[in-house]
Amino acid sequence: MSQSGHLSPDQIRQGRRHLITPEGVDLQIQLADVGARIGAFAIDLIIMMLALWAIIFTLSSLSLYDRELANTIYALLAFILRSFYFTLFEMSRRAATPGKMLLKIRVAARGKARLSAASVFARNALREIGFFLPIGTFGGIGLGGINGWIYLFASLWVGIFLIFPLLNKDRLRVGDLVAGTWVVRAPRPMLAADLIITDRPETEAIFAKFTFTPAQIDTYGIKELHVLEDVLRARDPDVLKDVASRIRTKIDWTWEEGENDVSFLQAYYAALRGRLESKMLMGVRRKDKFDKR
Amino acid sequence: MTRRTLTLKSKRFREERQEVWKEMESLLQRIESRSSRSLTDEEIINLPRLYRATLSSLSVARATSLDQSVVSYLESLSTRAYYIIYGNQDRLRDRIYKFFARDWPLAIQGAWKDIGASCFIFTLGILIGFVLVSGNPDWFYSFVSEDMASGRTPAASEESLRDTIYGYDKAQGGLGAFAAFLFSNNSGVSILAFALGFAFALPTVALLLYNGLSIGAFIAVFTEKDLGFEIGGWLAIHGTTELFAIALAGAGGILIGRAVAFPGEMTRMESMRSKAEQAAIILGGVIIMMFVAGLLEGFGRQLIQNDWLRYGIGGAMLVFWLTYFFLPRKAWDQ
Repeated sequence: MSQSGHLSPDQIRQGRRHLITPEGVDLQIQLADVGARIGAFAIDLIIMMLALWAIIFTLSSLSLYDRELANTIYALLAFILRSFYFTLFEMSRRAATPGKMLLKIRVAARGKARLSAASVFARNALREIGFFLPIGTFGGIGLGGINGWIYLFASLWVGIFLIFPLLNKDRLRVGDLVAGTWVVRAPRPMLAADLIITDRPETEAIFAKFTFTPAQIDTYGIKELHVLEDVLRARDPDVLKDVASRIRTKIDWTWEEGENDVSFLQAYYAALRGRLESKMLMGVRRKDKFDKR
Repeated sequence: MTRRTLTLKSKRFREERQEVWKEMESLLQRIESRSSRSLTDEEIINLPRLYRATLSSLSVARATSLDQSVVSYLESLSTRAYYIIYGNQDRLRDRIYKFFARDWPLAIQGAWKDIGASCFIFTLGILIGFVLVSGNPDWFYSFVSEDMASGRTPAASEESLRDTIYGYDKAQGGLGAFAAFLFSNNSGVSILAFALGFAFALPTVALLLYNGLSIGAFIAVFTEKDLGFEIGGWLAIHGTTELFAIALAGAGGILIGRAVAFPGEMTRMESMRSKAEQAAIILGGVIIMMFVAGLLEGFGRQLIQNDWLRYGIGGAMLVFWLTYFFLPRKAWDQ
């Protein structure tokens, strides 16, 4: 739902945030879900591991006479990969690692600041304590004995960093907090075709028989219109049939022989949208069916 | 039959404007896929024009259209364009140049107090470690873990210690593997020293001290067997870079910790944010220094066996870093 104006507490809770451009338009971004971020990170880890394997494989197939040399080269390359994989990808225009791109999320600076290279660097350096350190201490618990206990307490302390994104409303990692960044959704939807085809000359005859009275149209509001839009776009025959029969009952529509559910819904959608949009031009946004305006 | 359905305004609006939106979308696609290279002239001219048109379409659509797909499409298009227009437009090449020419040395210069403190703590750790282990070799085992020592303990013979300084013993896994271990250990230590800084710098100080202790303990073991001069050379060739880098990373941590502990007029959050960028630049530099140290360690030390040459290279590296960092430079906005 996209409406200009202030976000409701509910929308804020769901992760919607204001982003007002210098031109004065509120773009309203959406924070990435924690699940998507975990998924993206997992994909990136897998890619990095594959890269490491590829390095090992290449080095061993080179049959270097000197194992020392191979070890050293491996250590240096692994070091570069670990230090710069996230940083370089997030410094690019899409501000996303391959994992983030796949899950359609990106890094952005909080507020109006630019995303600087230094903040990308800082947020990724803090991955060490946000992820690798807790995982390391968890592994230590298994040692048992006094060391196991020390690791257990250490885990309780650094485990906080691991679950940090769940503990604040902006879903920030420790790195995000320090670097002044956050992770937002970056969807790339296609422009879907307009659902109103009732006004095309070639289809007009088909839709001509659906004439709704003003009372019939006024039964629903914007919320219902959007549900109807989703239903029409999804094109699930069972759902279409169910929704059509419910609307017919609700608006007292007399069913005629040979009437098609889809045509009925398309015609009703066009009528309802026309009605609600002309109300909007008069400054009335009729929220839902309970909103009697 | 007459036409009953008037064409909706929102639909006409969409039909008239959607060509511009498509143009914006394909331009964004082109720009984004070329990652960090700069824009062409044509793109520079088109981008703001299309961006403003898209933004105004979004405003109109929000006010007049109830087609969700149009509004969410325009929202994502505008946001993508916003991030590109108000994002960083420098080429990667220019950014890297700026980092070396200005950002890095200036960040270091601005943190000289923290660097002083960090070097002091680190050196203190080395001294304490050295004095304690020289007095009583048993201390060694409290400072150095077993896999880090890998045989080089007070119990080792002079011969085997000498072997670890020069050349390497294939059967033992040699020095290269140890160097690689030290290398990843030290880079881990520096990242941690930085990352834990925000807890009032206390973990950073502890980490610096502890690392100093284990290095001091090592030196003491070798000095005991009259290899003090030789271990100095072994350490100096890469150590001036690597240990300096650890101290710098610690300085980054202290910088952030200090900002959190003494925020002055700002909130603790704001104060931390204000230093985070500088600290991150210092850490970025540390990573580069670690890489240089890794090269010196992995290759230089194997190939160069002469003690004086080792000292010479180590000293030269230190002079190089100090000159590079502290040579006066013009401030940012010139």
